[in-house]
Amino acid sequence: MSSKLENLTRCLSEKFADDIVRLIDAAGEVTLEVRSENYLAVAESLRDDPDLAFEQLVDLTGVDYSAHALADSFSGRFAVVSHLLSIRHNVRLRLRTFAEDSDFPMVASLCVVWPSANWFEREAFDLFGVMFMGHPDLRRILTDYGFVGHPFRKDFPVSGFVEMRYDQDLGRVIYQPVSIEPRENTPRIVREDSYGDVGHG
Amino acid sequence: MAEIRNYTINFGPQHPSAHGVLRLVLELDGEVVERADPHIGLLHRGTEKLAETRTWIQSVPYMDRLDYVSMMCNEHAYCMAIERLLGLEVPLRAQYIRVMYDEITRILNHLLAVGTHALDIGAMTMVLYTFREREDLMDAYEAVSGARMHAAYYRPGGVYRDLPDRMPQYEVSKWKSEKIVRELNENRQGSLLDFLEDFCERFPRYVDEYETLLTDNRIWKQRTVGIGVVSPEQALALGFTGVMLRGSGVEWDLRKKQPYEVYSQMDFDIPIGTAGDCYDRYLCRIEEMRQSNRIVKQCIEWLRKNPGPVISDNHKVAPPAREQMKANMEELIHHFKLFTEGIHVPAGEVYAPVEHPKGEFGVYAISDGANKPYRLKLRSPGFAHLSAMDAMSRGHMIADVVAIIGTMDIVFGDVDR
Repeated sequence: MSSKLENLTRCLSEKFADDIVRLIDAAGEVTLEVRSENYLAVAESLRDDPDLAFEQLVDLTGVDYSAHALADSFSGRFAVVSHLLSIRHNVRLRLRTFAEDSDFPMVASLCVVWPSANWFEREAFDLFGVMFMGHPDLRRILTDYGFVGHPFRKDFPVSGFVEMRYDQDLGRVIYQPVSIEPRENTPRIVREDSYGDVGHG
Repeated sequence: MAEIRNYTINFGPQHPSAHGVLRLVLELDGEVVERADPHIGLLHRGTEKLAETRTWIQSVPYMDRLDYVSMMCNEHAYCMAIERLLGLEVPLRAQYIRVMYDEITRILNHLLAVGTHALDIGAMTMVLYTFREREDLMDAYEAVSGARMHAAYYRPGGVYRDLPDRMPQYEVSKWKSEKIVRELNENRQGSLLDFLEDFCERFPRYVDEYETLLTDNRIWKQRTVGIGVVSPEQALALGFTGVMLRGSGVEWDLRKKQPYEVYSQMDFDIPIGTAGDCYDRYLCRIEEMRQSNRIVKQCIEWLRKNPGPVISDNHKVAPPAREQMKANMEELIHHFKLFTEGIHVPAGEVYAPVEHPKGEFGVYAISDGANKPYRLKLRSPGFAHLSAMDAMSRGHMIADVVAIIGTMDIVFGDVDR
């Protein structure tokens, strides 16, 4: 298994020498990070090159890195991460690209390479507001009709901004600002590495 | 001649054959589907966002509520993701228990899938038969976890507790006479493993029964043969996994190709289809049930002989035993920290896939070292399958849309998350 991954990383670093931003082989998984302008071209050769042959796009998702404890080590706020699978070589690959502009994140759509990207990209657009250039039908998918905002961004509260109720007087469903306070039962904590060791503070 | 117009109709969101809250906008030319546009998200609960605000362990019960007919497989992928991030070893007995329950879950899921698929296209008896067996398996769920469906039985590092020595029994009540109770309790006298073994002995005969109802049934074949045909290339491009992919003749099963837990020790076969239509996928599901039954049997045999721990003894991840906690200061601190602050997972990212009954269910977890996930992406098989609705139903009659939804084995908790 590990020799397979070594082969894959060697093959990737040879083929995409100029395009690679980062190539990580950690915990049995290979991650290839490319610049967004090369994204589509790299994806195409990942599918078509017989040594790679990633026939299937298993998953695609957006990630908002703005609140990450190591946010400075990433080259942007929004990333699009996809998981590819080669059935021929029985190997997986994670492909990541960062959108250059954090205010209007835009990356190329992979629909032309893998049709299965269609709904995954719609989802990433809906939840993170990442625009996919060349997507045939970039509509919201999971949120309500007429929803405003992108709920999975880190600056969007879990309780949202508006709530919906039936108004007796107007005789219809109305939206109003939320009346609940977001609450956090267990705070989010990042401990230092030595935390919990014997003799620690 | 009268002018023929295209019609656009709403299929659902409240439709008994839509398997939940699916709103399907169909553009029809007469009775032929020109375009199908599924509108989903009516059951979207934002599980991934919610998980970001809870500690790692608090999200385990959310996983049950994703695909609420194959609960433990969802938990399995989630726990596996955490274990891989932590680099944690799961005790062997826990691995066998997990595999056994994964396969029980697969049988549960396929029973529901085949039963409701038949119900949707007109064979009502089937669902009555399959739900009879689901009852026994639900009891097996209940015996280990206390809940018939939302078990929360798998935990990071193993499973919540060992298999019980005795099965819960029925009691005499206003509705159940002593005679009936005695009959019902007949196979519940021993341990859970005895009960499951008895089930495994009976189950192949039940599957034969289902087959007498459907496999050679003329109406069933008319409704499924040649409907929703997907070629192998198309199936790969559309992101199909699991039975949907194998029905098209692609030999791909994570349990064989990228084995996790103890699947590499198990002796079982993977059925694949040839035609890639609804009927082949039905045959695959039937055969998978038989194979799962084989795996359950092998696990029972192993579990009888090999007692041992069922959860990791790393108390930074798994809680210590109750007696130890009461007797030992260090264990008390571990217990307190675990249930207030939670597990700290090292920074990194991982994608943990399992062969879920519906296809590949994957958990993509990003951790930044905190006690909560930074981002959790749930790759649900149903989402990818439903996105192919348009490609699969184009050119079919409107009645076949129901057959195609049934064969996709759609569950909305899974699609909408």
